Amino acid sequence: MSAKQHVGIPLEPERYELRAASPYRFDLDRRDFFKFLGAGIVVVSVLKPALVAQESGGGNRRRGDSLPQEINAWLHIGEGGKVTVYTGKVEVGQNIRTSLTQAVSEELHVPTDQIEMVMGDTQLTPFDMGTFGSRTTPTMNLQLRKVAAAARDILIGIAAEQWKIDAQHLVAANGKVTDPQTHRSLEYAALAKGRQLTETLPAEDPLIPAANWKVAGQSTPKVDGRDFVTGRHRYPSDQKLPEMLYGRVLRPEAFNATLVSIDTQKAEQMGATVVRDGNFVGVAAESSTLAEAALATIRAQWKSDPQLSNKELFDYLRKDATQAKDPSGDGDRYDVGAVDQALGSADYKLQATYTVAYIAHVPLEPRAALAKWDGDQLTVWTGTQRPFGVRGQLAEAFHIPEDHVRVFMPDTGAAYGGKHTGETAIEAARLAKAARRPVKLVWTREEEFSWAYFRPAGVMDVTSGVRSDGTITAWEFHNYNSGSAGIRTYYEIPNQRIVFHEVTSPLRQGSYRALAATANHFARESHMDELAHAVEMDPLEFRLKNLKNDRLRAVFQSAAKQFGWGKAKAAGQGFGMGGGYEKLGNIATFAEVKVDRTSGTVKIVRVVSAFECGAIVNPDNLRNQIEGSNVQGLGGALFEAIEFSNGKILNGRLSQYRVPRFSDLPALETVLLDRKDIPSVGAGECPLIGLAPAIANAIFDATGVRLRALPLVPNGLKTS
Amino acid sequence: MSKVSLAVNAKNYTVDADPQTSLLTVLREHLDLTGSKYGCGEGQCGACTVLIDGKAQRSCITRVNSVAGKQITTIEGLAREDHLHPVQQAFLDEGAMQCAYCTSGMIMSAVALLKKTPSPSEAQIVDFMDGNLCRCGTYSRIIRAIHRAAKTTESATGKGAGQ
Repeated sequence: MSAKQHVGIPLEPERYELRAASPYRFDLDRRDFFKFLGAGIVVVSVLKPALVAQESGGGNRRRGDSLPQEINAWLHIGEGGKVTVYTGKVEVGQNIRTSLTQAVSEELHVPTDQIEMVMGDTQLTPFDMGTFGSRTTPTMNLQLRKVAAAARDILIGIAAEQWKIDAQHLVAANGKVTDPQTHRSLEYAALAKGRQLTETLPAEDPLIPAANWKVAGQSTPKVDGRDFVTGRHRYPSDQKLPEMLYGRVLRPEAFNATLVSIDTQKAEQMGATVVRDGNFVGVAAESSTLAEAALATIRAQWKSDPQLSNKELFDYLRKDATQAKDPSGDGDRYDVGAVDQALGSADYKLQATYTVAYIAHVPLEPRAALAKWDGDQLTVWTGTQRPFGVRGQLAEAFHIPEDHVRVFMPDTGAAYGGKHTGETAIEAARLAKAARRPVKLVWTREEEFSWAYFRPAGVMDVTSGVRSDGTITAWEFHNYNSGSAGIRTYYEIPNQRIVFHEVTSPLRQGSYRALAATANHFARESHMDELAHAVEMDPLEFRLKNLKNDRLRAVFQSAAKQFGWGKAKAAGQGFGMGGGYEKLGNIATFAEVKVDRTSGTVKIVRVVSAFECGAIVNPDNLRNQIEGSNVQGLGGALFEAIEFSNGKILNGRLSQYRVPRFSDLPALETVLLDRKDIPSVGAGECPLIGLAPAIANAIFDATGVRLRALPLVPNGLKTS
Repeated sequence: MSKVSLAVNAKNYTVDADPQTSLLTVLREHLDLTGSKYGCGEGQCGACTVLIDGKAQRSCITRVNSVAGKQITTIEGLAREDHLHPVQQAFLDEGAMQCAYCTSGMIMSAVALLKKTPSPSEAQIVDFMDGNLCRCGTYSRIIRAIHRAAKTTESATGKGAGQ
């Protein structure tokens, strides 16, 4: 047997995330640094060269007296003892402002309320490629821990020097360095006073082992939670500047339409600033009401070609892929063993096709941006997961250098992978440029549904062979369009052919929480269930028979135990499971459904998730992320689907596009496996992937009906 | 444009606005009370929820002229100086938020619910709150927060009655 192995399938980032712009120059040099921050102690975190390409998308670029390019975070201890941490990561509800504060607090031995995190401000924070792919916890959390540990050692060193004793005898705790022998102590403020110390991170700083974590590893409430329950926090859409105007954009009648003619006279007469620049038409006015009224008076004619509808989608995806010049030659494939022979000699052979629809992110805060020009200097406040990427897009759009653009990202009303791009920022800036005043643009929900981007739809063809004893011998898996995240199987199968086929998507598509891992796990874990039934084995036993990975076995077994797998069921009741491995985390999800075949109602009664992501940083927030993943995942699993025809979205309102509500909520139980011996990884995405197959398998268990398309039951499940 | 008199968070305002303007727009643009959020503009998500004479209403589909002279309470008017409303405190204690964009509306709806039904069952909470969306999926925590707030209010009232 010959093994031809391609390692071209990238785990992360997904292809549409690679569009991040090239690396940028660094904004502050050392002297500016203290001028800006004030005296004190600064520790900078420098990425190892191997990580530079991965995390910042570029190589070394040093110039003159500037700090090195590979810096990805820094920490400042001011003369007053205040700790300020600068990172390009952003907060969109995943609660990293809190988890990163915890990490610093633990290593530096400072209470969390003395730490301020400055995040996602392209002028103040080091370059960061973006907040996605569950990268913050495995990378930034670790780097900040190292930075904070180094700062602590500097402070101890200063105290040791002052007291003329060995640093080893001193202890840092609660914002002070103490000499336990004499009980004398010095506050960090006193130690930082009058200094201008910069330290680049020493490589071999000892970190506190997870088992000894005091703050990290515990549940810490959201650091600025009070601002959120009082309405004081200002999201991007809440930003305001003196003299600010409100913007609105005229949307074409269909995607890819071109403007033929336009009459904007009335809008101008109403006092609005009207901009027409190519296909861009927008207005800015003193109030949002006036902007809307002015927009409504504009008469425009558009021209567009006929476009695909969702009814023809899946045929198109397969067809477009086969018409590509080199259908599978882009390296996105994995071959091992001899699949065709193995299929030929299998006791049972199974072939099935699974599909997933386009779905929308529906972050509750739509895209928003406030833009302000000072000469050719542009400042934009906007909600994005890639502030530096948006800076690049703005610089490109307005033909100005990147250092003329500052993008600031206030903590934002969610994103789920849907806010990587800067279209709203560009539109607001274009209007502000014409109006010569600051302009705020908040997309309407309808705009957010139609003019953002979607989770890719996809088709998955699976062909498999299995021996009658339940050993899988052959596995052929093709994914059309939805993506390659999570495409590889973790089951032990000697003969595999796994191919991702890139397709020209009829709709604008991009990242969505968990990327294609949702689609690929849906197909794989549904198919595993089908195979188990084919050889008449218990689905759990069948999985475990073909699974060697200890961490995955552990989550399946833990979830099964908590769920009570194997218990008797009532009529209409069904149990199912799904699970897998993604973004270095391991999940197993077990679902209980109740199906009423008369009314067609499918109720998800209970969901048990067992999750393991290494050492746990904040158990309460982790549970929150897992519960949230399950609730969000319910929508895509059961009823969310974008309908479209001829370049238009047909259900682009919340009254037409159903998302999970209180009444959809199942009982959620979470089992956390804490592996203190394994570095922490992110948890915002992986927990989502087991739910859809668990529900599909449970519906089969309840009814004998095998559903192979997401959403599973947009219109219920009636007996036909 | 016309003058509309509004009583918001126990303060009187006169705003110059088209009477058809939504209350949400007036709160956010004229009064700079940005705690009430825009989420859908059609009363489907509840992010804009405020209390009008104590009842939860969607301010995005409420015309400003229809609430002239009525008592309007927004999220900004809930805490008494530094003292959080029990529902606000309960949301913090239960960590009942992620991005928290829905939180203002959730809290306002919950306040209205507890006013009407001081000790709601889970089914009553789900039924009353079903018009409020949390896209991050923190529903189970919000339910716990409402139960917690109900208990705090109950014990506080109990104490008050005993004095």
